[in-house]
Amino acid sequence: MSAAESLTPTSYITHHLSFLQQPVAQGDFWTLNVDTITVSVLLGVIAFGFLWWVVRGATSGVPGRRQAFVELAVEFVDDQVKGIFHGDRHAFVAPAALTVFVWVLLMNAMDFLPVDWMAGLYAMLGLHKFRSVPTADINTTFALALAVWFLMLFYSVKVKGLGGWLHEMFCSPFGSHPLLWPANFLLNVIEYVSKPLSHSLRLFGNMYAGEIIFLLLGMWAATGLAGTVFGAILGAGWAIFHILIVVLQAFIFMMLTVVYLSMAHESH
Amino acid sequence: MNINLTLISQAVAFAIFIWFTVKFVWPPLRTAIDNRQKTIAEGLAAAERGKTDLELAARRSADVLRETKEKSTDILAQAERRAQQIIEDAKAAARVEADKVVVSAKAEIAQEVERAKQGLRERVAELAMTGAEKILRREVNATAHADMLAALKQEL
Repeated sequence: MSAAESLTPTSYITHHLSFLQQPVAQGDFWTLNVDTITVSVLLGVIAFGFLWWVVRGATSGVPGRRQAFVELAVEFVDDQVKGIFHGDRHAFVAPAALTVFVWVLLMNAMDFLPVDWMAGLYAMLGLHKFRSVPTADINTTFALALAVWFLMLFYSVKVKGLGGWLHEMFCSPFGSHPLLWPANFLLNVIEYVSKPLSHSLRLFGNMYAGEIIFLLLGMWAATGLAGTVFGAILGAGWAIFHILIVVLQAFIFMMLTVVYLSMAHESH
Repeated sequence: MNINLTLISQAVAFAIFIWFTVKFVWPPLRTAIDNRQKTIAEGLAAAERGKTDLELAARRSADVLRETKEKSTDILAQAERRAQQIIEDAKAAARVEADKVVVSAKAEIAQEVERAKQGLRERVAELAMTGAEKILRREVNATAHADMLAALKQEL
């Protein structure tokens, strides 16, 4: 945003909620949100690079502090998966859950960075539009939810066979009587549609709302010194509350991933 | 807030991260944790075994101690008995020896008495002879009365 424009609440919020976009072809769809991709990939590379670095030197003996920390996270995820998924969880489901949890947690945690400081920092780097929180971009949450959805379909068909899956689509949950087939099928389709929607929108809504509330609280600063102090106090309160939301949403996202994948492995 | 190509690129990134975790992060850590669990389980089992062994050893040592005590008591009793017996034996032997000494002393005393009697007898006979000689010097021949004297001597 240029200095010549007047600073109104609308322009302030719009400025903070604009993506750094790069069109790659004609059409609205063929655009990349460079900020989302950069931050999320950077976080992923750092997180999983760190995990890989620790795990490569993992010892069966007394673990060091770094290894103990990683093991704590892994055991936490593994315990959750153990309670839900009955099968060989080490082959795929548990590591996938770890990936989801760590990555989403870090992407959510970007919300802790003070919005205006980050905007200033990005402006110094010549980026006037840049959003720090990848999970406040619906593309990210939809991408994750859809990936889980496709995995769900894949495992449904793989475990039960195509016939078994189709049988389940038409014969559960009400029964296998032909008259009940349409009802069964309709319900299953609704379920398949609603799963990725609720999965992705829950995370997106929480993170987007969190970001907007930070921006609204930031606007207190426009009312003078008292407003700045007041806004800072409220902002601190919201940030503390947000710690809970960030971790909880990452946890819920992981749990739903595990639940969906384990439902795909079990026949009704 | 529109859906765009970011969706696909994020999905690809997600897939790559999952693949990376499944392939490189999870297995080594699982192995390390499993191995450690095994080591700890073995250690606990060994400790349990050690405890049992210790208990067994304690019981055995108590047994051995008790046995030894019993044996030593036996030995003491035996030794006492043996000493008693030796004393008894010695007493009996001493008594026999003493009896023997007494008997031989008595015999010797009897012999001595006999010998003294013999000497006295001879001496009395001599004295009688001498007296008789002195009396009879004048009236009787010694040789003529020798038979009578000998009979006299025998009577003494």
